[in-house]
Amino acid sequence: MKKFLSNKRKMRGYREFLYILPILVLVLIFSYYPLYGWIYAFFDYKPPAPLSEAPFVGLKWFKNMVSTDVKIREVLRVLRNTFAMSGLSLLFSWFPMIFAVFLNEIKCTPFKKIVQTVTTLPNFISWVLVYSIAYNVLNSTGVINQVLMNLGIVDSPQLFLQSSEHIWFKMWLWLTWKNAGWSAIMYIAAITGIDEELKEAARVDGASRMQIIRYIIIPSIMPTYFVLVMLSLANFLSNGMEQYFVFQNAFNKDSIEVLDLYVYNLAMGSGGYPLSTAVSILKSVVSLILLCLSNKFSKLVRGEGFI
Amino acid sequence: MAKGMKTTKRVKYKTSFLDRLISVITYVVYAFFAFVCAYPFYYIFINSISANNLSERGKILFLPKEVHLNNYAQVLKIPDLFRALEVSVARTVIGTIFTVVIAAFLGYMFTRETMWKRKFWYRMVAATMYFNAGIIPWFITMNNLGLRNNFWAYIFPVAVQPFYVILCKTFVESVPKELQDAAEIDGAGTLRVFFSIIVPVIKPILATVAIFAAVAQWNSFQDTLLLVTDNKLYTLQYTLYQYLNQASSLKALVNSSSSGVNLAASLAHAQTATSIRMTVTVVVVLPIVLIYPIFQRFFTKGIMIGAVKG
Repeated sequence: MKKFLSNKRKMRGYREFLYILPILVLVLIFSYYPLYGWIYAFFDYKPPAPLSEAPFVGLKWFKNMVSTDVKIREVLRVLRNTFAMSGLSLLFSWFPMIFAVFLNEIKCTPFKKIVQTVTTLPNFISWVLVYSIAYNVLNSTGVINQVLMNLGIVDSPQLFLQSSEHIWFKMWLWLTWKNAGWSAIMYIAAITGIDEELKEAARVDGASRMQIIRYIIIPSIMPTYFVLVMLSLANFLSNGMEQYFVFQNAFNKDSIEVLDLYVYNLAMGSGGYPLSTAVSILKSVVSLILLCLSNKFSKLVRGEGFI
Repeated sequence: MAKGMKTTKRVKYKTSFLDRLISVITYVVYAFFAFVCAYPFYYIFINSISANNLSERGKILFLPKEVHLNNYAQVLKIPDLFRALEVSVARTVIGTIFTVVIAAFLGYMFTRETMWKRKFWYRMVAATMYFNAGIIPWFITMNNLGLRNNFWAYIFPVAVQPFYVILCKTFVESVPKELQDAAEIDGAGTLRVFFSIIVPVIKPILATVAIFAAVAQWNSFQDTLLLVTDNKLYTLQYTLYQYLNQASSLKALVNSSSSGVNLAASLAHAQTATSIRMTVTVVVVLPIVLIYPIFQRFFTKGIMIGAVKG
């Protein structure tokens, strides 16, 4: 009887596995199977011919990246852009937190709600739309140029998008325009969780608002901030390509090309498939190491990781 | 007693000059932030409904002038654009259904302790959040599967979203186990329990997942860029990008649409590159803005649950 029951239980386990099998197959095909494509980095593969006809070249493409001065300079340029963009984000990562802290100080609820609603909206539009907005606002007949000319600050339209001037900072501004309000929500949730009595007690003891912020609010949302900084360290090399792809043009290409965009541009342009794959393999490996390191660091500091 | 009340009141509202100054600065700064975020949307909207000869020269800054809706009628008549709208709506609806159903079902199944090697499969799915093969291996895979220039390329690759699966799993785990046990004693099987017990209970989280998945589908751009060369499958996002990036395609559009209009049509209503650009932008952004208020209610919920395991 017992055996029969356990058999039945086993059968049920298999059946349940069969139910999810189609979904697991999807995961295997679209997330795991592409990893097999990494072997393209070790062959002299030229697209129309099948891989079986391509000669095995070992680490040729990995060496190719640093084979000549020109190529080394190119790799350094892309790394510089990546580090600049990620570095800027990291440097200003406190902004959403401070944004949330002072937003919370506003006593007029309708005003607070409006600010929150309006600043969160840009997070939900695509980068193409952000670019469209940038284009419409900044082109020669756009509102920025019109206002600047009406005020007499400039006498001819400035081509803001067709220049590489301050491009890292501008990209950071657009990123912040899109994300800051949304990132702040997490901190607002954390602030709401702070015990009201703690603040009340501080007030009775004569603490000013700034003191409450400094000694109560900021320390209690620090753990959230810490996790987010660790996450952005883990993603240091992955800026994503969409933002930079839509904003890139002949004028700013040199300073806007981050690693993810470089991989795409290589694949579509001169480099071809193998070199592009080699670059993205290196990127994945370094990213994985970064993820493990920051997770370990988080475990050391907070006693728990974030994976 | 009255005296005591008075003191607490005074303590509570004790404000220094510095505090008040900070208050004022806070209001001004946040009003500025709100303006910076909202104005571009407003600016593009008023331009799309104003006289086209004015918008073209950048004369519409704060209020619409000579309001007309002709641009919208014209833009929806562009065949490419209307088709792109259909593709975008189709992928959003179908893609969202796939993502939600899979997240709910898989999330539930991963709580079934009877399942064969449950932990292993769960880890296999969750791990996909932390790596990806890169553009080229992915592209070659899609090519081998015949998913280039194929509508299903918008659906299948993003159908299983590990993050949403984890959200649903966490939520299902919070449902009292007795509920499931009781149904099973009454003879309900795994699937029956899912449909009649679990789904009704986890509806709130499904709504959250649905809305996030729908926004992601609507905004998706990269898959069209990489996989689609057939303009019948272009999405709105991609079409908008083309209008912005290839002045020539926009010019051709202006010429073809103005040749159809008789000469008597006023300059105010004739299409210009600016008017088309602005109007298309409004069309693409509108669904997001419209569902946004409904959506906002789910934010904190989504984020908080995400924070548990994220």
